Amino acid sequence: MPEITPGKAYGFFTDTSVCIGCKACEVACKTWNLLEGHEPSFLDGFDNTGGLDAENWRHVQFHDNVPDQTLGSGQGSVWLMMSDVCKHCQQASCMEVCPTGAIIRTEFDSVFIQPDVCNGCRDCIAACPYDVIGANETTGVVQKCTLCYDRLQGDMMPACAQACPTESIQFGEVDVLRESAQKRVDALHAAGVSKARLYGADDSIYGGLNAFFLLMDEPSAYRLPNERNAVLPSRNNIPGYLGALVTGVLGVLGGLIAIRRRGQSPEPAEATAGGAPDGTAGAADTPDAEAREKADG
Amino acid sequence: MAEHFVAPPDWLWYILFYFFLAGLSGGSYTIATLLRLRGAPEDAPLSRLGYYAAWPPLLICPILLILDLGTPLRFWHMIWNLTPGDAGLNFKYWSPMSLGVWALIVYSGIATVSFAETLARDGKLRMGLTDWLVRVMDGLLGKVFAVVGMVFALFIAGYTGVLLAVSNQPVWSDTWALGGLFLASGLSGSAALLMFLTRYRPEARASFGMLAVSERLYALLEGALIVVFVLTLLWAGTQGLVFGFPWLLLWIVVLAGLLPGLRGLVVHRLSPTGEAVVAPVAVPLLVLAGVLALRGAIIFSIQV
Ligand code: SF4
Repeated sequence: MPEITPGKAYGFFTDTSVCIGCKACEVACKTWNLLEGHEPSFLDGFDNTGGLDAENWRHVQFHDNVPDQTLGSGQGSVWLMMSDVCKHCQQASCMEVCPTGAIIRTEFDSVFIQPDVCNGCRDCIAACPYDVIGANETTGVVQKCTLCYDRLQGDMMPACAQACPTESIQFGEVDVLRESAQKRVDALHAAGVSKARLYGADDSIYGGLNAFFLLMDEPSAYRLPNERNAVLPSRNNIPGYLGALVTGVLGVLGGLIAIRRRGQSPEPAEATAGGAPDGTAGAADTPDAEAREKADG
Repeated sequence: MAEHFVAPPDWLWYILFYFFLAGLSGGSYTIATLLRLRGAPEDAPLSRLGYYAAWPPLLICPILLILDLGTPLRFWHMIWNLTPGDAGLNFKYWSPMSLGVWALIVYSGIATVSFAETLARDGKLRMGLTDWLVRVMDGLLGKVFAVVGMVFALFIAGYTGVLLAVSNQPVWSDTWALGGLFLASGLSGSAALLMFLTRYRPEARASFGMLAVSERLYALLEGALIVVFVLTLLWAGTQGLVFGFPWLLLWIVVLAGLLPGLRGLVVHRLSPTGEAVVAPVAVPLLVLAGVLALRGAIIFSIQV
């Protein structure tokens, strides 16, 4: 591993075609980052963590597509495994909405949540399109993968990449990783694996993901939004406020119409004919009201 | 069809009641200001009632927002960024939560001044400054102040919907109608709330007709925005999440809350007499239940 230099963009290339689902990445991540994890649960496939959250910064997904009858070789896509992680998006939805400025881009171009600045509003959870961030119940702040910020500062690669036995998780400079990813996908296509594709390696998804993937199926099979659905929260700012503005104008107009109509209303006593709500007479002309009107000047 | 793979932020009860109270405060302030600008003496009691109604929710709103935070004592991080090397005021106009915090602070100040002024006019607050305040507010400055306050009030009633939309959550981010919808429902709820409160301020009943007519118009506006909301969700294909069981029950309450206004519109059109005078308690409470149910259905359906 060459020297890790501040000012350069670092990230992961996760090649799902060679993931074997061993979860060494999950264990290494928890060990280094002192994450307690949750009670294991026995979910689909060999999944016992469920998803990414405050305690799981790496999560190996298992997708069982094994057909009832063997029809062909499967070409590596009947058992899909992917070690999921924060994508360290170039256009990060979490960072966009964060009201406290707790989410920053580091000198390694990663997206980092400052635990001492975050106040636990959870707007980033609502925004992250990848279900990455979780709230820590003990500390009250939100947490996610830091790209092992502390390790990078100490010139060490992230723990998950270090532990991965198949090099499914590769760490390095993003530009270099993109080149090797392109070579890998070209090799797979040449071998007839036509479904292999890169996700997030170019800028079509959130301006590029610093943690990008080689997938063996559609992005949605791995719970990743496709290009059309990879959209930023701010897309709704202008239409949302415009809708509210038009409603506000109509609301004011409605109030003015009602006030004009009220000008044509019958005398108060008539308006409350049949008894005022609390059984008193129509009361605009009560002594109390008169006194207040006088006080009004 | 829109695809979403997000986690819910767990904005639940505190946020529900914040949205509800923000809508009522903003709507009440707006109605109060419209009446004040018209300047008819017979509308003054209702205008003052509106300013009274707008204030107490603002005591509760910050508490709800603070309690909803994971670390409540860090609420002030919303306004002050502590990032080393980048410390300073936090103002992100593209983040509705950041914008909303500032708007709430400004609006709370304005509503507090209006509240104090109203107390002074009613002779319930006598301090050195109050006479001066009333005198100043009687002039053009008072009108400008009230209009600025109304702009913030409308913002506070509506931005909560935009806050939900500016996310990647299903339903919330699949529509642009939530800001308008929450605002319309806040206005309709405020008209209903003031109708209810006229029970305790009889002199305000002179303007009851105005409330009845505005409630009808706001119910129409809200109904139209619910239609827009449904259409946008149909386009995204996520309508099943928010209109499925048990949320349908809440939508029934929402529709029930619209009925008095819509019925009034059909039967009485814009005539300032109406059934609201005949059923003074049930009608406002039903409308208010609808306002709460609307927010409940939208907030809870995608999170629980
Ligand atoms: S994947 Fe989610 S948490 Fe990670 S940078 Fe992107 S938006 Fe933020």
